[in-house]
Amino acid sequence: MKKGSARVVEVVVPLALLLAMVVGAFAVGKYPLDWRDVCWLFWAKLTGTPHGFPPSFETVVFGIRGPRIAGALLIGAALAAAGAAYQGLFRNPLVSPDILGVSSGAALGAVLGIFLSLPVAAIQGLAFVFGLGAVALVYLIGSSVRGHDPVLVLVLAGVVLGTLFGSCVALLKYLADPYNQLPAITFWLLGSLAGANGGDIRAGVLPMLIGLVPLYLLRWRMNVMSLGDEEAQALGVSTRRTRLVVVAAATLMTSAAVAMAGVVGWIGLLIPHVARLIAGPDFTRMLPVAMIVGAAFLLGVDTLARTMTGMEIPLGVLTAFVGTPVFIWLLAAARRSWT
Amino acid sequence: MLAVDNLAFGYRNKPVGRDVSFTVAAGETLGLLGPNGCGKTTLFRTILGLLAPQGGRVLIEDGEVAAMSRQAIARQFGYVPQAHAGYFPFAVRDVVLMGRTAHVGLFAAPGERDRAIAERMLDTLGIAHLADRTYTQISGGERQLALIARALAQEPRILVMDEPTANLDFGNQVRVLERIRALSREGMTVILSTHDPDQAFQCCDRVVLIHQGRMLACAPPEQAITPASLRQLYGVDVAVVEIDSPEAGRPLRICTPTLRQPL
Repeated sequence: MKKGSARVVEVVVPLALLLAMVVGAFAVGKYPLDWRDVCWLFWAKLTGTPHGFPPSFETVVFGIRGPRIAGALLIGAALAAAGAAYQGLFRNPLVSPDILGVSSGAALGAVLGIFLSLPVAAIQGLAFVFGLGAVALVYLIGSSVRGHDPVLVLVLAGVVLGTLFGSCVALLKYLADPYNQLPAITFWLLGSLAGANGGDIRAGVLPMLIGLVPLYLLRWRMNVMSLGDEEAQALGVSTRRTRLVVVAAATLMTSAAVAMAGVVGWIGLLIPHVARLIAGPDFTRMLPVAMIVGAAFLLGVDTLARTMTGMEIPLGVLTAFVGTPVFIWLLAAARRSWT
Repeated sequence: MLAVDNLAFGYRNKPVGRDVSFTVAAGETLGLLGPNGCGKTTLFRTILGLLAPQGGRVLIEDGEVAAMSRQAIARQFGYVPQAHAGYFPFAVRDVVLMGRTAHVGLFAAPGERDRAIAERMLDTLGIAHLADRTYTQISGGERQLALIARALAQEPRILVMDEPTANLDFGNQVRVLERIRALSREGMTVILSTHDPDQAFQCCDRVVLIHQGRMLACAPPEQAITPASLRQLYGVDVAVVEIDSPEAGRPLRICTPTLRQPL
């Protein structure tokens, strides 16, 4: 019974904290609101009672802050889940969802869209498709090279192609118009939720959910996969198929996240460590915790990004500033459990 | 029952061994003896279906292993790899529970029954007190016992053990061997590889000697393990002697190298 309550605590406590953060995030900003008013507005909306607040109040909550907060929660949870899956799959705690080139592929797609002066929706679409395509290409190369450890080949192909995509991005930046396009490219590459709107969120939710379902369904097999290919096979897992499904799921989630907010680093690397520290390495317990913590982390960072100074601070910059010290602390705190 | 029929094994561009044939009856313990690099591990991988045979067949009662699904194989064969450090700090209980994977639905997690079986296996191997310890932090001998418990949790008919006593201290070696004997008496079919001919005397019904991918002998240890065969296998001089052991209640065979350099 003790164990059951531990499981509840490790989910309920972060969830309660997350809820408090959401309310806080609604309250702070250029137009500070009283958090009790925010709660009251939500209550009134849920129950359908009139709330008596001015329409501008509603616009700030539902039109401006709402999509942004929802985006931060979704992207944080998705990147953390993808990172948790990859760290298990590649048996390496230093792996992030970018390892197979999804971010660099998506970045190339978005930069290409900006370079061609396409509308925002097309830029996001290109980012999403290029992210998926990049990983598909890596996977194809990885599985056509035989006679080596399949995981190693996959990772090497991802690293090499990621570098190639990076060079293509660099070329486009070099060719881009330095007054209009280059700042837009730079801003996009650093990641931001400043432009998040309801349409983005609706477009991103579906691929993220589709990606999450297999990760949840295969949660037990993910544990076995982390033992390595041969042992997982000997225990009855068909590793090629499982790996393909997990990579596809994580890629779908990451691509959607990058298409929505640009390249937001660190979450997929850092948050699974925090989750393992809280819930242990068992993927069935760690995944929900990682998603909650990831959502909370990105919400916190994004709230800082829009409130710290008069102008937006790029998310990718802030996650690195926050993530680096946390990661170093984790290295010291969780040293033993990695060996 | 396991039948290895005229098996050729290895990789497409690098054959490792061929013409290996033997059968193992239910409840029998078969030892594989051979020098480093003779192909023992590759043979094991082929028997377990992890590597496609280059020729010949591996048969069990249910059919040919190469034609079976991973899940079906994992229900027949429990595999005990050489003890390794592991990557993530799972609890020993969870490591053993992973043995249940082949019995758990594709999209499910182990249930109450699986947990009960894992606990029973921890008990069977006398490591119930380690259940909540972290696998990455226990000793090599304890890890080996945990891996055996995991293989038993598969509820297999055949246990395949790759050098189950490698890297263990003397006491743990003996404990693992005793455990293998106990399992065998309960009807488990066991195939194990070892570097120590003495262990073959102690716990194998028959031994297969493998040299450069070929089978030199397949016979009870008393017949197969001789100074001549060990000289052929390892290129060293060995004396095989029988000693009376009042403790064991029967004569024991041991082998010991006769070093060419005088002491």
